[in-house]
Amino acid sequence: MTDASDLRRRTQDLLAAHPPATTDRTTFLEARFDAGLAWVHFPEGLGGLGLPRTLQAVVEAELAAAGAPDNDPRRIGIGLGMAAPTILQYGTEEQKRRFLRPLWLGEEVWCQLFSEPGAGSDLAALGTRAVRDGDDWVVNGQKVWTSSAHIARWAILIARTDPDVPKHRGITYFVCDMTDPGVEVRPLRQITGEAEFNEVFISGVRIPDDRRLGEVGDGWRVAQTTLNNERVAIGGSAVPREGGMIGKVTATWRDRPELRTHDLHQRLLDLWVEAEAARLTGARLRQQLVAGQPGPEGAGMKLSFARLNQQISGLEVELLGEEGLLYEDWTMVRPEQVDFTGRDAGYRYLRSKGNSIEGGTSEILLNIVAERVLGLPAEPRTDKDVAWKDLAR
Amino acid sequence: MSAPATTPDLLYSQEEEDLRAAVRDLLGDRCDPASVLARIESGEAHDPTLWKSLAEDMGLAGLLVPEERGGQGAGHREAAVVLEELGRAVAPVPYLTSAVVATEALLACTGPEADRLLAGLASGRTVGVLAVSLTGTPGDAPRTATVENGALHGEFTGVADARAADVLLVPGGDGALYAVDTTARGVAVTPRVSLDLTRPVDTVTLDGAAATRVADDAAGPVERALRAGAGLLASEQLGIAERVLTETVGYLKDRRQFNRQVGGFQALKHRLARIWLDLVNLRAVARSAADALATGSEDTDVAVAVAQTYAGRVAVHAAEEAVQLHGGIGMTWEHPTHLYLKRAKADSLAYGSAGRHKERLAELVDLRGPSA
Repeated sequence: MTDASDLRRRTQDLLAAHPPATTDRTTFLEARFDAGLAWVHFPEGLGGLGLPRTLQAVVEAELAAAGAPDNDPRRIGIGLGMAAPTILQYGTEEQKRRFLRPLWLGEEVWCQLFSEPGAGSDLAALGTRAVRDGDDWVVNGQKVWTSSAHIARWAILIARTDPDVPKHRGITYFVCDMTDPGVEVRPLRQITGEAEFNEVFISGVRIPDDRRLGEVGDGWRVAQTTLNNERVAIGGSAVPREGGMIGKVTATWRDRPELRTHDLHQRLLDLWVEAEAARLTGARLRQQLVAGQPGPEGAGMKLSFARLNQQISGLEVELLGEEGLLYEDWTMVRPEQVDFTGRDAGYRYLRSKGNSIEGGTSEILLNIVAERVLGLPAEPRTDKDVAWKDLAR
Repeated sequence: MSAPATTPDLLYSQEEEDLRAAVRDLLGDRCDPASVLARIESGEAHDPTLWKSLAEDMGLAGLLVPEERGGQGAGHREAAVVLEELGRAVAPVPYLTSAVVATEALLACTGPEADRLLAGLASGRTVGVLAVSLTGTPGDAPRTATVENGALHGEFTGVADARAADVLLVPGGDGALYAVDTTARGVAVTPRVSLDLTRPVDTVTLDGAAATRVADDAAGPVERALRAGAGLLASEQLGIAERVLTETVGYLKDRRQFNRQVGGFQALKHRLARIWLDLVNLRAVARSAADALATGSEDTDVAVAVAQTYAGRVAVHAAEEAVQLHGGIGMTWEHPTHLYLKRAKADSLAYGSAGRHKERLAELVDLRGPSA
C-alpha cells in the first residue's frame, strides 16, 4: 500500500463492494471509513492508512467520478478541520476510538469553545475556569462566536486551570459534552440579521478527567494544532478562475450592461486581476505541498481572501444601483452552515466583514507574517512573566 | 468565461534553481549595487564584460532558441528565472531587449537571413533590438519606416538599449520586417537622458539606411515579441520587488530609533507584511505567464495581461516603500534604492502599462465597459 495505483485499486474495491447507486449513504460512509479511505493520512483503524495526506486526492477523484456520497464536510467543518487533527495528535487511544469515527461520519457535530468576550485576539488571556474535583473538572465561564453550538454534540474547550502562572501556561484542553445541563447556548445575532454564531454559558459543567486532551497546563500548545488547521481551512480550498465572490459580480456585470460605469469597470478589472492572482497563489501553494516543499505563502492566503471578499462584495452593492438599497431578508434564522457567497449582494457585503475578524484578525495575521516570515521584531510583551490573575482586565 | 484547461506549473524545477544559483553567483561578484552606480555615473549605461559572461560564456542569450537554430533549446521558464536575477541586480545588460524581445521576433521568421541573425543573437555575440518603443503594447500596430528603393527612412523614439545594439529590427511601411546594421551609413542612435539609466532609451533615426528583409510580414513577429517581453518582464519586476523588500527588512532590523529596532514598530511591520503578500501573488502571476509562454498555452494572452496588470503596481509600490522606509538615506544618490525605484517605474510603462493590459483583458475575458 504505498502508491497511488494501489490506493486507486483499494477505492475501486470499496466501490465494487458497495455500489453507491444501490447502497444507503450511511452504510457507504461506514464502509469507506473502515476501509481506511476517510482520511488516508490517519492511522489504520481510525479511518486512514497512514499515507501522505496528498494521496487523499486520489481517493476523492475516484469517489467523485463514481458519484459516491460524501459526509457533508461543510456541515461538520469544525470537527474535520480542527477537532479531529487535535484528537489525533493529543488524544489517548480510547479517545481516538470513541470520537473520530462518529465525527467523520457526521453522526456527531463538533463546535469550538475558545474565544471569550474578554479574550479575542489575546485568546491566551481567557478566563473560563476549570477546577479539579475528584475525577472531574468543574467548569464555569462564557464563550462566544461559537458556530454550530446549537447542533453540536461535543465541543473542544480550553479553560484556565491555573491562574497563578503566566497566561499561556495555565490552560488545559478538554472535550466538553454539549448536552450537559450546565451548557446554555444562546443565538448571537449578527449584522446580517441571522445568528450563525452563539454565545455559550457554562455553569458548573462537570467534565471527567478522561476527556482532557494533552497534559494539564499544556492546553495552549494543544490549541495551536487546532488554530493552525483553522487557518488552513478558511484560506485553503481550490477554486476555478472566477470561482468564489468574483464570479457573483462578473455574472451581474455580463448580464446587466445597463448598470456599467467607467469607474466601476476599472475597479472590477483590478479586482478580477487580484482575485486571479490570489487564485494562482493558492494553486501554487497546493503544488508546493504536493511537491513536499511547503512555503510560508499560506500565511497570506486568508488575508487576501478577506480583503478581496470585502472589496468585491462592496463593489457589487454599488453596481446594483437602486437594488443595492434593498436587502433580501432580515429575519433572524440560525443556519446550520455558512456560505460566504450565498444569498444576495447585501448579505455577502455584510458577511464578508467577518472574514477579516474570524479565525485571526487581519491585523494579528500581519503581525505573524512580519515576525515569522520576515523575521521582524515581535511586539513588546508586558504580560509574559505576569501571573494570569494579576493581568489588567 | 472558460477556465484554462490545465493548471500551469507554478513552481521552479531543480534545473531552474541551479540556473538561478549560477546567475546569482556571477551577479554577486560582478554586479553589486556600487558597481552599477559607478557605471551609470561614467555615462556608459551597459556593461559589455558582464554581458559577455552572461550571454556568451553561460549561454543565456540562447535560452529561447532551439538547438537547431543555434541556441540552448531551453524556454521561457528558464529565461524568466534569469530575468528575476537580473531584476534583483538591476543589471545593465540588454537581456530582455535582445535575448527575449528581438529573439522572439526572429523566432517567428524563417529563411536564411532570419537564421543568421538568430544564431548571432543566440550566441550573445550580436545584440539585437526591436525598433519599437519600450511602451509598445501587444496588439498595437507599431510605428513603421518608409521603404524607398530598399532603404529605410524614419524616426523611432523610446527604443530601449538601442545604443548597445549591433542590429535593429525595423517594421517597414510595406508590412515587412527589416534588419539594419547600426554601423551602416544613414543610421543614427541618439541617446536620451533616461529615467532608468540601467535600461536607457534612445531615438533611432534612419535616413536612407541599407536594410535586409527578414520577413514579409512584421505584424506576427512584433506581436509575438511584445507579448513575450510583457510576460517575462513580470519576472524581472518580481526580482526587483523581492530585492527591495529584503533590503528594507534588513535595514529596519539594524536601524534603531527611540531605543528600539525601527522594524519593530507595528505600523512599519504591517506595511512590510503587505508588500510580502503582494510579492507572493506576483510570483504566482509571473510563473503563470512564463509557463503559459513556455507551453504555448491557449491562455497565454490572459496570463500575460494578468501579469502586466498586476506586476507594475507591486514593483513600484515595493520600491517606493523602500525609499520611504529607509528615511533620509533612501533619498540619497549614493544609496542604491533609487536604482530600483527608477527601474521599477520605467518597467511599469514597458511593453504596455497596467491600464493598456486591463483594456486587453476586458476583451479577452468578456468584461466589457459601458457602451460609448
